[in-house]
Amino acid sequence: MTTLEIRDLHVSIETDQGSKEILRGVNLTISSGETHAIMGPNGSGKSTLAYTIAGHPRYTVDSGSITLDGVDVLAMSIDERARAGLFLAMQYPVEIPGVTVSNFLRTAKTSLDGEAPALRSWIKDLRGSMEALRMDSSFAERNVNEGFSGGEKKRHEIVQLELLKPKIAVLDETDSGLDVDALKIVSEGVNRVKENTGLGVLLITHYTRILRYIQPDFVHVFVDGKVAEEGGPELAERLENEGYDRYLTGSTVG
Amino acid sequence: MPVQTRNERFASASHDDFPAVTGRELEWKLTPVDKIRDLIDGELDGSAFPAEVSGAAGVTTEWIALDDSRVGSAGLAEERAAANAWSSAEKALAVTLTSEEAVAVTIERTGTDRAPRAAHTVITAAANARGLVVIDHRGSARLSENVEIVAEAGSDLTVVTLQEWDDESVHLSSHFARVDKDARLKHVVVSLGGAIVRVNPSVHLAGAGADGQLLGLYFADAGQHLEQRVYVHHIAPHTISRVNYKGALNGKGARTVWVGDVLIGRDATGTDSYEQNRNLVLSDGTRADSIPNLEIETGDIAGAGHASATGRFDDEQLFYLRSRGIDEAEARRLVVLGFLLDVVQKIGAPDLEARLVAAVEAELDAVAVV
Repeated sequence: MTTLEIRDLHVSIETDQGSKEILRGVNLTISSGETHAIMGPNGSGKSTLAYTIAGHPRYTVDSGSITLDGVDVLAMSIDERARAGLFLAMQYPVEIPGVTVSNFLRTAKTSLDGEAPALRSWIKDLRGSMEALRMDSSFAERNVNEGFSGGEKKRHEIVQLELLKPKIAVLDETDSGLDVDALKIVSEGVNRVKENTGLGVLLITHYTRILRYIQPDFVHVFVDGKVAEEGGPELAERLENEGYDRYLTGSTVG
Repeated sequence: MPVQTRNERFASASHDDFPAVTGRELEWKLTPVDKIRDLIDGELDGSAFPAEVSGAAGVTTEWIALDDSRVGSAGLAEERAAANAWSSAEKALAVTLTSEEAVAVTIERTGTDRAPRAAHTVITAAANARGLVVIDHRGSARLSENVEIVAEAGSDLTVVTLQEWDDESVHLSSHFARVDKDARLKHVVVSLGGAIVRVNPSVHLAGAGADGQLLGLYFADAGQHLEQRVYVHHIAPHTISRVNYKGALNGKGARTVWVGDVLIGRDATGTDSYEQNRNLVLSDGTRADSIPNLEIETGDIAGAGHASATGRFDDEQLFYLRSRGIDEAEARRLVVLGFLLDVVQKIGAPDLEARLVAAVEAELDAVAVV
């Protein structure tokens, strides 16, 4: 049982006009096996939360805490967070020329486990995961995300989720840009990993569409850098019908 | 008065036909000419530069006289150091590929001293021949040379020149290539070792449908000067060229120069060309010059473009790798290696690729990547 705890988190970024506060006191607790959906309009700070958890240097934590089973995540480097069991499926996965998917995944797995995976079972796992996400085996020898379509990049993120076996995963708008078939494949992948590993999921999305395929246990509505409302799956249904308008009165969003 | 069009540059086999080099000339202004005066103007030992050529069926190797008709068939010296080599070389090494089955030839040249020398080489792929020629430079040398490459009609030739000289060596090399009808030339320059290495390939796409792929990879350490001036001349219609050079610089005084000239001639209709140079700067105190030039003399082309970029690490690439648990040093190593090996992957010779991967890894291990 693993628990990620975010307490009164305040985060800012540097802009040309000086420091700008994006997160204004976020509280969240995610445990193994749970799925939390974070929903909110554009500019509400959802992606900032995702990148702050992963340790992206662009974001400055002004106050508050993030802990994983009581251990201070904010004191960890980017790769230490991954080795502690955190994973971020990115909205815009990065292309890395000259580094093949197979080399990248094996290097990551070796770093996470502290030893190289046994070759035979590794190849079997890699093939199995790629097949389940309908990625042709030729992708293993292509360079990381280079020339991948939007959907292929997202499926590649889920292949990584499956092979690297984190404890808590943040999925940052994994549904954006996916057609319905790809959305189903990706959702099945997430559900399979949850079932097999007891993964805790923080699912960040603008739309309720993906929640038809990945059932959330909790829904948090994010507005203006903090949680404005929380509830169960029924809250997502309400958002589907009503949108975010009732949260936006009087507040400014980008 | 600058030369207006790239193919109007003066060319001659004779050193004395060129004016004295001041270091301000277009072709010399980015080169430390005062450190190579002996090669530009001095007396050069023109005896055969030692070369071990691996034999294979369908390959002939011979030393020929400079008045042989093969000499000068792909080009002529365009500057004084190349002309000095041309007029000093007593013999030329001629390697000719005649097999329609792909053959691989290695020309191993190991320098043993720093006496200034001249050399001349002619590599020919006969009509429809296929093969790979690797010119492998090691040891110590001060060498000015000309390499002629002829890809006759329908041939498919890959020429790789690999500079792994010791730290003190100086190497000035002009390559002249002629690519005939429907022939394909892949030309690869890999410069890793040497104090001053300047390799200037000029490729003339002379026959309709000729295809020139020009690849380059260089890694300059502290104090190293690695220069490449690439020229592609589309002469005939429906010719294709792709130029892709990548370099890394690390350490104080690491210096690279890339100049890419592409000229699409009046008759070169329906041509398709693209050239790019990218440099990855790994430390302070380096300088990379990257200058693409494109001249087009016909309105009827399929495509022409160029790109040039010099920069530091891509932080997003590092973040992505590290977010998967890969530590910072390993992530940096992967990014640099990947950046450079992108070119190696395109060579299409697995044994050579493995060797180049090892050579680039050794370069990286030798420096504390920051």
